[in-house]
Amino acid sequence: MSSRRCWRTVCRRILPLFLFATLSVLFAGCTSPDIYSWGRYEDLLYASYARPEKASAEVQVERMEADYKKACARNQRVPPGFHAHLGHLHAQLGRLDEAHKQFEMEKTEFPESAVFVDQLIARLNKHETAAK
Amino acid sequence: MKRRLNKSVPCALAGLLLAGCATTPPPRPDYTNFRQFHPRSILVLPPVGEGTYNYLSTVTRPLAELGYYVFPVALVDQILKNNGMPYPGDMHQTPLAKLAELTGADAVLFLTLNQYGSRYQLDKFSTTVSVAGRLVDVRSGLTLWEGSGSAYEDSDMETEYDSDKGFFANILNDILSDFFSAAIDNAIYGRSDNAHALCDDANKELFFNPGYGLLYGPYHPHYGAEPPSSWFE
Repeated sequence: MSSRRCWRTVCRRILPLFLFATLSVLFAGCTSPDIYSWGRYEDLLYASYARPEKASAEVQVERMEADYKKACARNQRVPPGFHAHLGHLHAQLGRLDEAHKQFEMEKTEFPESAVFVDQLIARLNKHETAAK
Repeated sequence: MKRRLNKSVPCALAGLLLAGCATTPPPRPDYTNFRQFHPRSILVLPPVGEGTYNYLSTVTRPLAELGYYVFPVALVDQILKNNGMPYPGDMHQTPLAKLAELTGADAVLFLTLNQYGSRYQLDKFSTTVSVAGRLVDVRSGLTLWEGSGSAYEDSDMETEYDSDKGFFANILNDILSDFFSAAIDNAIYGRSDNAHALCDDANKELFFNPGYGLLYGPYHPHYGAEPPSSWFE
């Protein structure tokens, strides 16, 4: 009698848990891997609005550069918009050469960005000539 | 035999009708325009409604992982502001031709946050994120896709003992919720806003829901293939 009860417990409580654990591991293995290496890009975007004092342009540049190096080391791509955003941060800090470089990288990686990035570059050039 | 049949047919019909009532899914979106004007790039405008800028940072990842080029959301916001559109409402009213001139986007995603945030209701603290989206082709002005997604959480549920779940499931639940709330509280990036943690779930329903979400974009390995109409097909 008690062994029957024990079996019932096994079937009702432990088996479903075991099944759930096995299935979730299987499904986790099945999901396709991410196309991009995201690093802290979205966390920094959120922080720049929610806690701007914690995400100054300097902090963002430093973290994004570190994430970019990590992605390169793993032979992964950084997401769309990453280089354009980083270039804009460089421009805010007055590092115009670095900004140019990042904008060009965005265009090379994602030709869809050409119209947008060309205007950013044009603004940068205007700023440069104004500074001289 | 005949009598039995006579009785069972109306019963079965009634059963079918009731089953239909309980589970009628919302109508599926029509993908004809989507397939015809399949965009490569998506311009996401800051959503109208509450919580615009807390939500905005969560939308790039799902769209990019579906295979689309997504314009940098924060930079776009700033450029639009510089061009005389100070608020999301102004951006949503801007003619498509102007948005195309500024960005060269193939499609624009208009988002509305119907609900974003937490509120106390009697004895519980509930948090909701509810978002609706409309994807519009820039050149033709046609709507390519419409959808919605939401996520909801009651803070009371985490600590209550759920007798349906069993002892271990409850312990597991406690451990997991403790772990996640600690992780969220401690995050240096300030993920302390409860609703923000639900954005990913709402987006998942909005963009990935089989049969209702977006088609794969050009950077996805399955570009051109139909997404499954349900996870079990």
